Formats: sequence, C-alpha cells, structure tokens
Amino acid sequence: MIALATEVLVIGGGTTGAGVAWDAALRGFDVILVERGDLAEGTSGRFHGLLHSGGRYVVKDPRAARECIAENRLLRRVAADCIEDCGGLFVTTPWDDPAYAEQFLAGCAAAGVDCDEIPVAQALREEPRLHPQISRAFRVPDAAIDVWKTVSALAEGARRSGARILTRHEVRALSGAGDTVTGALVHDLRRGEDVAIEARVTVNAAGAWAGQIAALAGIEGVHVRPGRGIMIAMNHRLVQQVVNRCQMPTDGDILVPIRTVSVIGTTDEHTENPDDHTVPPAEVDSMLDEGEKLVPGFRQARALRVWTGVRPLFQDGKVPALATRDLTRAHALLDHRQRDGVGGLITITGGKLTTFRLMAQQTVDLVCWMLSRMRPCATGSTPLPGSESGEHHRLGERLARKEATLRERQIVCECELVSRERLEAVLDETETTEIDDLRRRLRLGMGPCQGGFCSYRAAGIMHARGSLPVARADQALTDFLKERWKGIWPVLYGDQLRQMRFDEWVFHAVLDVEHLPADGGAS
Amino acid sequence: MSELAELAALRGTLDHCVKCTICESTCPVAAVTPLFPGPKYAGPQAERYRVAGQPSVDLSVDYCSGCGICSQVCPQGVKIAELNAQARHAMKAQRGVPVRDRIITRPELLGRLGTPVAEIANRALGSRALRTAGERLLGVHRDAPAPRFAGRRFSAWARAHQSQAGRRRVVYFHGCGTEYYEPWEGERVVAVLEHNGLEVVVPKQGCCGLPQQSSGLFDDARHSVLALARALEPYLADPATVIVGNATSCTLMLKREAREILGLEQDPVLARVAERTYDICELLLELHQAGELETDLQPLRETVAYHAPCQQQGHGIGKPALDLLALIPGLKVRELDARCCGIAGTYGLKAEKYEIAMAVGADLFAQARESRAATVACDSETCRWQITHGTGLPSSHPIDYLYRSYGLDEV
Repeated sequence: MIALATEVLVIGGGTTGAGVAWDAALRGFDVILVERGDLAEGTSGRFHGLLHSGGRYVVKDPRAARECIAENRLLRRVAADCIEDCGGLFVTTPWDDPAYAEQFLAGCAAAGVDCDEIPVAQALREEPRLHPQISRAFRVPDAAIDVWKTVSALAEGARRSGARILTRHEVRALSGAGDTVTGALVHDLRRGEDVAIEARVTVNAAGAWAGQIAALAGIEGVHVRPGRGIMIAMNHRLVQQVVNRCQMPTDGDILVPIRTVSVIGTTDEHTENPDDHTVPPAEVDSMLDEGEKLVPGFRQARALRVWTGVRPLFQDGKVPALATRDLTRAHALLDHRQRDGVGGLITITGGKLTTFRLMAQQTVDLVCWMLSRMRPCATGSTPLPGSESGEHHRLGERLARKEATLRERQIVCECELVSRERLEAVLDETETTEIDDLRRRLRLGMGPCQGGFCSYRAAGIMHARGSLPVARADQALTDFLKERWKGIWPVLYGDQLRQMRFDEWVFHAVLDVEHLPADGGAS
Repeated sequence: MSELAELAALRGTLDHCVKCTICESTCPVAAVTPLFPGPKYAGPQAERYRVAGQPSVDLSVDYCSGCGICSQVCPQGVKIAELNAQARHAMKAQRGVPVRDRIITRPELLGRLGTPVAEIANRALGSRALRTAGERLLGVHRDAPAPRFAGRRFSAWARAHQSQAGRRRVVYFHGCGTEYYEPWEGERVVAVLEHNGLEVVVPKQGCCGLPQQSSGLFDDARHSVLALARALEPYLADPATVIVGNATSCTLMLKREAREILGLEQDPVLARVAERTYDICELLLELHQAGELETDLQPLRETVAYHAPCQQQGHGIGKPALDLLALIPGLKVRELDARCCGIAGTYGLKAEKYEIAMAVGADLFAQARESRAATVACDSETCRWQITHGTGLPSSHPIDYLYRSYGLDEV
C-alpha cells in the first residue's frame, strides 16, 4: 500500500472538485484530488455548455440570477479561453405567455443581468433559423463554456501550484480517528493497488455521489437526489447564440451553440440512481417537439446523439423537506462537525456549473477556518492556464490551426479536426488506454460520424506506439464504439441513420470488428 | 423565406454528409495540388467551424475551382461546391477583392473596352512582354488562354438580322463570349434555330454574373443576374416561348446556380426565367425527340472529340450534344471522359492557379490528343479556349457541326 499525506483531500474530479483543488492550491495548501474515473466524466461532462447570464433565473430564483451574472463576468476574465462569447437571446415564441416578458425585464433589472430588447427583425437577421413568429427578443450575456477544457485547466492550474491530481482512483473508505475524518483509503484502478491518503481536511465534492461518500463516514441525511436530464446534440450550430424561451424555465426550452454542435436541453426527472443514464423515447420526442418551436425544421436537422446528465439536487434529510424545485439550483456547503459532529469533512454539492468558482471559494474559506489559516481567495483574479491572454475561444480556432499545417499534419478525427500530433501529445501526457479519455481531451469522435473513422485510427496509433498490445487496442476500440452507440440509438433517424449504416459497413464489412485478432494474430 | 434563411438551408445540407469521401476522390483540383484540402474538408467539415461575421480562417477554400463535380457526385445531396462558394464570398468580403478579380470577372466591361481597339488589344494580349507585366501587376498568368476580341459585336449583327416568323419563338441568350469574342457562334446558333422553324429574338442583354459569383463577388453577381433576368423576362409572355443559350455555364447560372448560391430563390422574375431556360443542345434534342428537328443532315467526314464541361454536367440533362452529333452521318465522335479541363471560368487565368488548372486539364488534353480527332467540341467557351491552349487542337461548340451538316455554311 502506498501512503500519501496532504492538507486537503478533494474527492471528485468534476468542475466543483477541480475548482476546489485549484482554489486551495492557489491559497498555498497542499492538495490531492482523487477521481474514480476521468476528469469531468460525471455530471460536469454531461452538460449542455451554457454559461448562464442569470437570465434563466431572474423570475424564479433572483439570488441564483445574481450569483450567475457575477460569476459570468468573473469567469470571462479568468477562464477566457474556455468560454466562447456567443451571447444569448430570450425569445417569446407563440407558445410562451407574453406577460412573462415584462416579469423577465423587471427581474433582469432587479438582479443586475444586462438585458436589451432588440427588434424581432434583427433577431431573425442574426439567427435566420429562429421561429419567424417570435414576438419579442432580448439580448443577454449568456455564453458557451467548454467544460472539458475548463476542468482540464483547473486541474492544470492546481498542478502548477503543487496539487496532485489522481484520476482513476476510487474512494473505498474514509479513514477516521474518533469523530474526525483523517483522509481516505483509495484504490488505484489502473495499477490495481490501494493508496492511503492522510488529510487534515477532506472535501467531499462527489456531486451526485456525495451522499454515498458521506455515508462512508456514517453520516446520514446527505440526500443528493439525482435529477436526470437529457440533452440532444445537433450536428452543427443551428443558432450561433444561446437561445432561450422567454418563459418560466421548463423542459427543452434552451438551445446552446457549443463548439461545433448545438445542444437542446433539457428534462428534469427524479431518479434514485446517479448512474442512471436512461433515455426514455418519450423524452427525446418531446425535446424534438420543443426544438421545433425554437427552430422550425428541427426534426429534419441531424441529431448526433443524446445523453443524460444527473444533477446533484441537494435535500437535507436533517431539516424539514422543502419543495424540491425550490432547492434544486442552490448549492449546499456542509460542515459535518457542526451538522453531524464529524470533524475534518466538508461536503459541497448541488449548485450549477456557472457558479462552481463561488462554490469552491466558499468551500476553501471553510477549509481555512478549519485549519485556522486564513488566506485570501485568488481564483477571482488568477487566469487559468491557457486563459492568460484574456482572449475568448472562437469556433474557427481549430480550422485556423489546421489551415496552418494543412500539408504536414495527418488528421485523425476529421469531424473535430484532431491531428495525429495533438493525439500523441495527449497520449504522452495522460498515458491513457481509453479512447473516451481522448474524446474528453480532444473532442475526438464527437462529430457527425461519431467515431466512424477516427476510432480505429486512434486505436491503431495507440497500438503502433507500443503502449497497447493488440487485444487491449481492440478492447479500447470496441469499448469506445459501444459507448458511442449508447448515445446514438435513441436518435437514430434521418441523416444519422444513414451515417450509422455507413459506419456499420466500415466496422463490420471492412474491419470485421466482431472478430478482431487477439495478441499474436495478424496486426 | 428570406435570403438569409435560404443560405441557412443551404448550409443545412451539410447534415447529409456521411463522410464517404466520394467527393474527395473525384475532385479534380485536390488530385493535383495540396493547396486545396478537398471538397469534404472545405465543405461540410469546415462549414461546422464557420460563424457569420467572424474572420475567415481557411483561405485554402479559394483554391476550389467551383467546377461543381463534388455536388454532382455526392450521393447524399450535400451542396458542397455551393458551400465553398459561400465561404469564398465571406472571405473576399472580409479580406477585400484583388483588383485582378474585379477586372477579369467583368467580361462586359472588358468587351466594351476591347472591341473598338481589338487589333491593338489582341496584339497586347499576344505580347510576351506585356503579358509578363500583366502577370506581375495584376496576377493574370502570362500563359493563360486569354480570348481574342472579335472586333465586332454579335448584338450589332443581331440588330441587323430579321428572323422569319416561325411556328415558335425562342429568346436567344448569347452571353458575353458570343457577344465580344465569338460572334460567329451566335450567328450559327441563330441559323440552326431558324433552320428548324424557330423565330429567334435577341433582347439587349448583359452578363449573367457567373464570373463574379465564382470569384466571391456576390453583390455584383446578384446585380448582374437580376438585371439579365429582367431583360429576358418580358419576352416570355407566350407560354410556349423559351430562352436558349449556347454558353452552358451561363445558362446553368440562370437555371440554378444564381438562385442557390446567391440566395435568390424568392425572386419571381428570376424564377420564371430559370424555369424557361434551355441549353441549346438540350432544346434541340427535345425537338428531335418530339420529331420536330430537321434531319436534312449532310455527312461530315471527320472525327471530333467531345468534352462535356463540368458546368454542362451540372444541368443534369445528360450529354445531349452527343445525341445530336450522333445524328450527323459520317461524323466520328470520340467522347472524352476525363473530368475537367481546369479552367473553371476565370480560375485558370489567375497566376497562382494557372499551374493547377493546367495540371487538372492534363488528362483531358492527353485524351484529346490520343483520340486523333481533328477538332474538339465542347459546350463552354472558356473550356474550349483552355482545351485549345492545352492541346493545340481547334475547338468549337457542338452546334457548329450541326450548322455545317445542315449546309448552312454554304448558304
């Protein structure tokens, strides 16, 4: 068994955990982050990509709206490269209560969310696919945020300040002495060995799994009630700005242009299991219907895939139940000494991506208090690695980069323009054996053909580098294909059905993927 | 639907791409140069990265010649060449249009300036020193096949010519090539049509805007094509009247390209004109199929090689010229199946693209030479000039063979 010691142990490599690690490391604490899978593999990576202006909450939850706009302004500076400043619109469609628009305007004014009404004609010029019968349009500072880039940058920022980031390390038990948590026993899934980590403070940032972690310390009532939502990625950007329905937030009322796709979201269904990734056909159907109301012809446009995200909706089992809806978007910071008489452990859960930095700040403030070492938070003024220039990401960046090296560089993923050099750099850095990890770092396989061409190329390159024997490379390929397929079949119609038929020819008729050679076979 | 919504719909065809790569393997330009990354790359792939109003970053799309073969071969219906044309337009709108492109895309202006001083102008075009200077100053390649001014205008002949009242009227759209460079082609077209009992009217007309469009000058192109449509449309009152043209790229522009690429689907005048526009060979073959084509064809004892230009293929009408030439007794026709001559209108004139255009055309030139034909027939004038430039063989419009076979050259 390996033994490690640190001041702050963070459990969970999503946006919240990585945010906490970054904040704590910037404040000079010794930090270890453990994550059972890859960074942002859970809820964070299963998200539509919206950096809220707060507009969505101005009527329903003004406090959340104020938090959102403050964080939105701040993240544009510190996480500039993770953000595309695409802007956002709230539009009143024929299906929306026209009276809501006035409430919305008043709410924006009260919460300090910048909002300008623009002529409908201008909205239609900017977004020619929008429903031509919208009656009002409001511009807000919504933006798109690339969550994988963000979490990678947070982890890198933390690393540069000395933090250790351990992915594929699963927490098996919390260690304790008396009524105090003193770290955790984790299992290194890649090397198959146990690691004992001693920590002065343990931060449970496991999101939808936070209740399970708290239970390891015998703490009850940390009810993270997973709320499952589906999102559908459309093949290209049907709109170039975030488009919201100007109505009380509901299912399928937002379309987010993120990187090369646009994502419609989302539903909100209670589930018991945070690993529940069910995609009910009726939800897909209703999402497409809602899409038609924003963009006529939505059903004819090409859907690439659907996925579910599981929101960590916190409900404190120790206080009288409130209506779930009222609790859903707020985050909760639990000092378990105060709450449960268990020292050394904090739970941070709930909340939303836009406010992750604020959540981390509040969490690390509590860490400071627990360690009696008050140090000011620096995340509001320290740019993340890659964001130093303050320039926002632009969609055309990859195309521009590729243009400069058109003749030299081999393209592995044609849809997302991933070159062999970039792929190999990530392989060098992460030593991963999973194509899905490459996807999260590079967007490999996320385009129209959903890995139809790049997945076997990537598997071949991994093998050719000598790091992966034939059987493992085959496994990496088939695992990835199966994972992709899960998200494809619920939206298998029209153009994507044709694509999958074509991919099937590639994998079955040409590569005979069901009978790949084992080690020692032809390679 | 607004022009913007139309363009959004055009962009939407990228959804159909399954990345089969058929377009890449048939693209004549990508096959000969690494400067163009290929139609799949520049079209449906790159399009996902383009945002209106943001700087164009993929200047390589300018190396697309616009031949349109990719869109023709795409089994899924992706408007690849049209997407490329849009991207090129956005790029030129941002980065500015070279003076060269403003000049060579205005055949009317060039024709008007050159015609009165044809002898001097032609001598200048033939002068090595001046062409070298022209390449340095303007970027028009010194060896590129520049046509010679005829020194007279087809429209002057047409005004003096009175067509007999016939069983049906046709409106003749002669295009700029006929007007300034090859007026005799127009005279032969009129003679063939009249020989078949058609009454030919020749309205005052200008450029269709295709050269501007293919260089990304969309506003100018729209202006040109709408003006042309308005010049032709008043002659269409009789529902039996059709418009016929011998410049196959220009008729394609009227039929389809202007509406699709320039977002002009909603213009009712252009729509009426488009619906009634025929390629000359298409019309004559239709007459033949209706038993209305005169078949008093005299033998021509010669061999002709035929090349169907890319733009002719864009009509989606097969190769009617081949059917017509087959009617001529004694005429041996060798069909050339190489894809493209390379010129693509004005593409091959540009200094930085001349070598590419010649490389594209190499297969066709070789086939033409190996065919042992004395002449090459081709429906597009710029392609004919390129083929003659690349092979040394004389070239002419397929209609010339009918003209001679009818004995109209002896009248």
